Amino acid sequence: MGGFSYHRRSKQIIATFSGFEADLLRSLASQLVELLRNEVAAPAESDDPLEALLDFSGPTTEPEDPVLKRLFPSAYGDDTEAAGEFRRFTEGGLRDGKARAASTIIDSLEEAGLPPELDEDGLVIDVELSIGDAEAWMRSFTDIRLALATRLGVEEGDEDFWDSLPEDDPAGQVYGIYQWVGILQETIVEALWSAE
Amino acid sequence: MDCMSAPSPVELDEPEVDDLVAPATPWVTIVWNDPVNLMSYVTFVFQKYFGYSKKKSEKLMMEVHNDGKSAVSSGSREEMERDVQAMHEYGLWATLEKQD
Repeated sequence: MGGFSYHRRSKQIIATFSGFEADLLRSLASQLVELLRNEVAAPAESDDPLEALLDFSGPTTEPEDPVLKRLFPSAYGDDTEAAGEFRRFTEGGLRDGKARAASTIIDSLEEAGLPPELDEDGLVIDVELSIGDAEAWMRSFTDIRLALATRLGVEEGDEDFWDSLPEDDPAGQVYGIYQWVGILQETIVEALWSAE
Repeated sequence: MDCMSAPSPVELDEPEVDDLVAPATPWVTIVWNDPVNLMSYVTFVFQKYFGYSKKKSEKLMMEVHNDGKSAVSSGSREEMERDVQAMHEYGLWATLEKQD
């Protein structure tokens, strides 16, 4: 697992994954898309029935799901009204952008030969990304890591705790995936710097 | 911030600003520390979105990392809302507030 690097001649950001790794990335990206589309970004309910019926713009209150709450944080610390207005105008577009970035991961992997169902051993997936697609991967890796970290309850400086978990602990395994996606993201950032 | 090797713990506080250099314009975008985002990634985002030099971006990133937050841009309220929206696009935790 060497992660991403910049290929000077083709001006592409390239990486090689095993079938298992590619399948895992697709699964993480698919879950993110599902989450973003699942909990409807509905407007807050209004006491005025006419106003409620006419209001089909964005939501004004924070999402229920802790992951979505972290992906779409309040823009104003202490002003709920301003935060609600900001959310109404931004959350829908932000959701679409994040879902598009995650879909870029899925599309790139499938274009590189990842079959709908992974059933063969020894499959190797060579991914070649344009700078724009690599940036979409990079942004989506952040969303995936934020999602995993929120579900796990990752906090600053708690690496020792995760490392101390037994090998068969599911939380420890998920933490391993979280770290792996972090290493991949680090190599994309380095590759994008090389491409400048 | 996750720096992959030797992170130092930083407590997350309620959004409040007390130690900013006063800019000429009345609104600021604040980026808050979180335990997830990589130091290199945060630096890259500041460079890419704001067009800051790598040196300035690293300095702002270290402020976020060490102080828990940093004022990364200032301007009109509309401009700062755009910046905050862009930071959320990149998965950074950002807020805007009126400069005292």
